[in-house]
Amino acid sequence: MRSRMRAFVSALALATGIATASVSLPAYADPAPDVGNWQSVLDQARGQTVYWHAWGGEPRINDYIAWAGDQVFERYGVKVVQVKLTDTADAVTKVLSEKTAGVNDGGAVDMIWINGENFAAMKRNELLFGPWVEETPNFEYVDVEGKPTVVNDFTVPTDGLEAPWGMAQVSFYYDTAKLDSVPKSAQALLEWLAKNPGRFTYPQPPNYMGSTFLKQILTELVQNPKVLQQPADEVDAKAVLEPLWGYLEDLQPLLWRNGQAYPQNGAAMRTLLGDNEIDIAFSFSSGEVSSAIEAFELPDTVRSYVFDNGTLGNTNFVAIPYNASAKAGAVVLADFLMSPEAQLRKQDPQYWGADTVLAMNKLPADMQEAFANLDLGIASLAPAERGTVLPEPHPSWMELVETEWQKHYGVVQ
Amino acid sequence: MLRFVPIITIAFMIGPVSAGLIGTLLPAFGILPALGGTEPGLDPWAALFAQPGIWQSVRLSLVNGLIASFVSVAIVMLFCAAWQGTRIFRAMQRILSPILAVPHATAAFGLAFLIAPSGWIARLIAQFAGWDRPPDIAIIHDPLGIAMIAGLVAKEIPFLFLMTLAALPQADTDRTAQITATLGYGRIAGWFKATLPRIYPQIRLPVLAVLAYSTSVVDVAIILGPTTPAPLAVRILGWLSDPDLALRFMASSAAILQLLVVVVAIGIWVAAERFIALAGRQIAANGQRFRHDGGVRAGSAVLAGLSAGALILGLVVLLIWSIAGFWGFPDILPRSFSLRLWQREYDAIGSSLVTTLLIAVPTVVIAIVLVLGCLEHETRSRHKPGRGAIWLIYLPLIVPQISFMFGLQVFFTLIGLERTLISVVLSHLVFVLPYVFLSLSDPFRALDPRYGQTALCLGASPMRVFWHVRLPLLTRAVLTAMAVGLAVTVGQYLPTLLIGAGRFATVTTEAVALASGGDRRMIGIYGLLQMVLPFAGFACALLIPAILFRHRRGMNAQNRG
Repeated sequence: MRSRMRAFVSALALATGIATASVSLPAYADPAPDVGNWQSVLDQARGQTVYWHAWGGEPRINDYIAWAGDQVFERYGVKVVQVKLTDTADAVTKVLSEKTAGVNDGGAVDMIWINGENFAAMKRNELLFGPWVEETPNFEYVDVEGKPTVVNDFTVPTDGLEAPWGMAQVSFYYDTAKLDSVPKSAQALLEWLAKNPGRFTYPQPPNYMGSTFLKQILTELVQNPKVLQQPADEVDAKAVLEPLWGYLEDLQPLLWRNGQAYPQNGAAMRTLLGDNEIDIAFSFSSGEVSSAIEAFELPDTVRSYVFDNGTLGNTNFVAIPYNASAKAGAVVLADFLMSPEAQLRKQDPQYWGADTVLAMNKLPADMQEAFANLDLGIASLAPAERGTVLPEPHPSWMELVETEWQKHYGVVQ
Repeated sequence: MLRFVPIITIAFMIGPVSAGLIGTLLPAFGILPALGGTEPGLDPWAALFAQPGIWQSVRLSLVNGLIASFVSVAIVMLFCAAWQGTRIFRAMQRILSPILAVPHATAAFGLAFLIAPSGWIARLIAQFAGWDRPPDIAIIHDPLGIAMIAGLVAKEIPFLFLMTLAALPQADTDRTAQITATLGYGRIAGWFKATLPRIYPQIRLPVLAVLAYSTSVVDVAIILGPTTPAPLAVRILGWLSDPDLALRFMASSAAILQLLVVVVAIGIWVAAERFIALAGRQIAANGQRFRHDGGVRAGSAVLAGLSAGALILGLVVLLIWSIAGFWGFPDILPRSFSLRLWQREYDAIGSSLVTTLLIAVPTVVIAIVLVLGCLEHETRSRHKPGRGAIWLIYLPLIVPQISFMFGLQVFFTLIGLERTLISVVLSHLVFVLPYVFLSLSDPFRALDPRYGQTALCLGASPMRVFWHVRLPLLTRAVLTAMAVGLAVTVGQYLPTLLIGAGRFATVTTEAVALASGGDRRMIGIYGLLQMVLPFAGFACALLIPAILFRHRRGMNAQNRG
């Protein structure tokens, strides 16, 4: 007994010894760059390595990021390493755990591809560096007037804490070889589904694509859409949400698998369409659908469309954590991502196919022409075909809807 | 010097786990200063139990974990009982060993495509039934979780089979089989009555590890398991990934709940063991011969073959996916093929394999050195570790990874080792050590002590006995343990990602990131890549002893462990 106790105490002592005797690596202290003085930012950035935490599920996007990294290295001497994530929240967790451990400088995350709830959470918990965005050179090209969501992320003001990178708009897609006509409103969808039961579904909330579908339906069915721009606790939320629950009651038994199982994300839903399990799916980017066709995930007869009364649109951003090790390098990279050249390549479906955040009328003439001459891809929607872009509701509505959805539909008896 | 090895090993295993657990226990009771949690309280627990379907999730995890483990153990035992010593047995050995190299997620993806209503088997049927749309039946993601159980069983059978194989030579099975046959018992009955009671204690630890894994599995549950509600571990992952940071408290308490679920599952299993032992003693002595067991024998072969076959077929199908153009329902084969994706990934493959090896080699080497040191120390001091030590070895296997990853991250950040190779190797070591210990300890302990004693009598020093007598005799066991360790470290995802902070892009981190894109082609490519290194490891474990001992009949597979 005693020798066992001794062994245990020695083990504990050794573990503590290892911990305390470890040599601490010097934290890479990086003073905040003075974004107003761009040359000083460039000087500070040269030689830095930016660890950019971005979703890595789409090889075409990874290739684009690699290209951007090469460009930034050639021009400014900044090295870029993409840390491929399955979920943006992993990067948020990283910064949070560093803050917990008191690592307020020299952090592991230099830049995050982020928007919506993740951004709101980081902003609320003071995990971001900034403000810095509006002083960067390329911010002058951003379409702040025509695309209000570039400075308002899901109604939360960005306050210069995140740089706009791409636009997203909900669009639906289907196989023209299998369907002749498609429903173009929430009500029409319900009627179509009654005739074709089991041929539609949506990702399970709280996945953001599934939540987006619920928001889309809510925006269409609510009596006064403007009420959604206010926080939910300032109005009679229950009354506002009633039409949504009524709609879902009717929708539920008609869904794929009778609503007993849901795809877990947008990519899984796209696979279902490719497998002919469902007939209609939706995504945040019609360019993504063209990319999917090129990557053999969908047949080449797939086309995109929008609802008659408009679909939700938002912006995605890049942000810098408060304790990043390479803040200057990250600022330089973000600035490059907003440049007309980078945005042009991004919109080209050969490379990615996502929509630009820039205003055409702010660009120099040659760039305007280049954008106009882009071949957008067979399943992408041309700007004229986009229809109305509806604004995203305040995040509090989404939290409310997700919680209620979980209670009613998240558990099947 | 050797005295300290067990202490160091335990420190490496429980140090990080305890640190991680503390890092999870504190937020579970409301303490996480970075998020403003400074007062202890039970709010996270209240929030947890208010979640819709929480008890259903708990029940799913518990029951499905128990069923999957029981079915795997039953099939392995039946198969060994029915076919040990025959050609079919040796054939199955050869088929099942490489399957160990297949990552759980890859196997689950392959199986998912096979059995889905729009999957390969359904497409075969569609050719005859004339379907142009897949039937709307919930086979994958069924609410009872049967597909998930199937996926777990398919991967657990090879692992338990390997563990049983390691234990069989020590139990003098050939002579036992001869005696029971002479006494008139059927093959299966004889094995179950005479050999199983001797084998089972040796594979008990791996079985409990399998049980802990099945009860807390995440990736197989995401691919095959129910979604309304999902098993507990999947929901925890969802809460940890939720942008609403306040959910971290609830996620931590859920992680502790997951730990309790695993403990309860083990408790139920142990209780069942006692019961079966009691009942078994009665049955063993009642004289029933069960001679006519041909049907059960055939059935066991069919079941084992089915699980191996399904897995291999799933892999073949994933290979086809990796070179496929568009492949829609109800085509049996893709309409076009394309090597474009392989070509594009070619460059990235090399660097990710190198990074994987950079982490794997030190991990496996340190693990095997420590484990051999512990076991040798045990043999020399003739002091078997107490039950407490056994459970300490268990700890990293029982505690679900999710339950202590956050705390572990904070721990490594606090000691300033974060983002270094050392910290990634240390965090991998936490998971590799138990598996290496499990696979090596029984063959080591079961080695006939008389070899060592004879060598000592002939004047050799204990070191010489170790290097020149014991180690060569255990070559196959050591190499197998190293291969198991290699497979475990290659398959690690959360530790590499979180503790390496993205500085180390291994094959598995790339694979999981790409799997989130849903494209079966990328899943196929990276799933196959994930298998390369473990496969090489197991191939070495088979080939090296065969080559080294090709002139020594006493060392061939039949006679040695």
